[in-house]
Amino acid sequence: MKEFIIEVENLKKSYEKVEAVKGVNFSVSKGELFGLIGPDGAGKTSIFRILTTLIFPTEGQVKVLNFDVIKNYKEIRSNIGYMPQRFSLYQDLSVEENLTFFARIFGTTIEENYNLIKDIYVQIEPFKDRLAGKLSGGMKQKLALCCALIHSPDVLILDEPTTGVDAVSRKEFWEMLIRLKEKGITILVSTPYMDEANLCDRVALIQNGEIMSIDTPEKVIQSFGRKLWAVKSDRIYQLIKDLKSMDFIDSVFPFGEYLHITLQSDKLDQDQLISMLTDKNHCQIQIQEIEANIEDCFMQLMNNEKLTVT
Amino acid sequence: MRKIKFILQKEFIQIFRNKTMLPLIFGVPIIQLVILVHAATLEMKSIDMFVVDKDLSSLSHKLINKFEGSPFYNVSGVSFSMDEAEEAIEKNKADFIMHIPYGFERNLMRENSSRIQLLIDGINGTAASLINAYSSSVISDFNRNIIVDLTKMPQIKDMNPIAIETSYWYNPELNYKIYMLPGILVILVTIISMFLAAMNIVREKEIGTIEQLNVTPIKKYEFIVGKLVPFMIIALFELAFGLAIGKIFFHIPMVGSLSLLFGFTIVYLMVVLGIGLFISTISSTQQQVMFIAFFFMLVFILMSGIFTPTESMPVWAQRVNIINPFYYFMRVIRMILLKGSGFWDISREFFSLSIYAVIILSLAVWRYRKVA
Repeated sequence: MKEFIIEVENLKKSYEKVEAVKGVNFSVSKGELFGLIGPDGAGKTSIFRILTTLIFPTEGQVKVLNFDVIKNYKEIRSNIGYMPQRFSLYQDLSVEENLTFFARIFGTTIEENYNLIKDIYVQIEPFKDRLAGKLSGGMKQKLALCCALIHSPDVLILDEPTTGVDAVSRKEFWEMLIRLKEKGITILVSTPYMDEANLCDRVALIQNGEIMSIDTPEKVIQSFGRKLWAVKSDRIYQLIKDLKSMDFIDSVFPFGEYLHITLQSDKLDQDQLISMLTDKNHCQIQIQEIEANIEDCFMQLMNNEKLTVT
Repeated sequence: MRKIKFILQKEFIQIFRNKTMLPLIFGVPIIQLVILVHAATLEMKSIDMFVVDKDLSSLSHKLINKFEGSPFYNVSGVSFSMDEAEEAIEKNKADFIMHIPYGFERNLMRENSSRIQLLIDGINGTAASLINAYSSSVISDFNRNIIVDLTKMPQIKDMNPIAIETSYWYNPELNYKIYMLPGILVILVTIISMFLAAMNIVREKEIGTIEQLNVTPIKKYEFIVGKLVPFMIIALFELAFGLAIGKIFFHIPMVGSLSLLFGFTIVYLMVVLGIGLFISTISSTQQQVMFIAFFFMLVFILMSGIFTPTESMPVWAQRVNIINPFYYFMRVIRMILLKGSGFWDISREFFSLSIYAVIILSLAVWRYRKVA
């Protein structure tokens, strides 16, 4: 029997008029790196704020480390590390002062848990006398992670830690998370970036306050179960319109410079499509079959959801 | 308890790192005390009078000379026309008109009585009543002299069968500064503590650091004590600093016990900081704090009795003053400093404020939980 660190059952959260979370179920087992993937406004932050005991759920059972988020919030607070979406350390305190303060508040010292934060802290140590407000975005995230880790929590809850951080720092940040996971810390992370999903052990795709799918990234991709083509031409906007007007095409989504399309029948005569597009004055047409990624799955699930609603 | 120490440490680092804090702590009291105490005076000097002398007699000249000789008056215009005089008042060139009608001296000689007219600009009621009082006393003094002159009798004591000798206790020279300075100190201490404490807590909300604090095992009382104590210390320091300025520059008397004053101030600050904390729990931005705090401050200050005695306020206003912390402190600081009142003299205010402190702090703490 697996040991669950986080258990969420039928969680609902309503603000005055909006229902932000509409009955969510998931559990995270010990030592897992669990990703909550979804666009802005999907309800990720609401779920995290409930898990960190900052707000009360409207309905449902939520347990962290087997403690109830309403009744035993005090026990939860001493054992979790939380990194909110917004940088929320003291901008007018230096790197070292911030870290010392949070260590002391948790009744510990930097030295006591230094081994846990060492890998990360050495990168910001040269700037330890600098005010936190004057750090770069990536540095701020590292400091925030150090502060969330300083009391050696069992669970780390990170709300969009890589939003607004440059690509290199993002990669570094995920490498740090994977190393922390190897040290046995359970990590729950949310992100709007689909490419980061592949680095999680399991992901939950969330949209409009509902979880559409929970599985390992591989299985989520497998569940796509259809063939996918990437199409490109010199007039990408016109191409979207033209492809959508062809009745054998099921879905068209723009992905960077390519359009990802699925068909009604999974069988594509590439030459025929090229000639059809050439007739519509497209040049430099490229078509290739590709593997689906998490984002394709997300789009597909989102589309299906819309269909079932209407 | 150790956590409170860490929070205090953090707060003081932040307060003294803030570049506007030190000038605020030292600059504001100097400016407020030195400027306001001099400026906010109720004494009237250089009252502009406009003279309309239609009598042109020796007696009317004597009366005008008597006004001119006083340091309080300044003849800004002379004319025979009332229209011109009224115009001077309309243009703010005169504060009042003294109208001496034709036949002033003759009537006095023949009938032993005569009339003059004073027309006072009533825009500022306080100033108008002061001008009236000053002028009446000048004229009644003049009256006494002419009785002596006219009756050609030596002045005898019987003219004033009951002699009134006034002596003002606790402030014998009715020095306005001695009265104002403690009042301004009250405002100063209150602004510093209430505003800064409320702004500080809301700032944590604005920046989002309060979330980070809320997920730590800090207890509510630790947070609140850690937030309020620094401002209590700063406010007490401000009081000491302000008293020193008062002693050095204005020689204000300090008759009563300073330790009693500081003891009372601590109770007072608990109320004020409690109000500050309460305001911070109901607002989410510093702007909201400013507006709410400013509103209460204004009402409380005007009703506190700093300018006008609370005893002369209508009964309902005096009742409202029960919830006005300024009112208590304004009385007590003057009582202790000027009168030398002891603990039992101020015990009513002391216990009222203590009850107030308990109520407002519990209310604020109770409200704070919902935010956390």
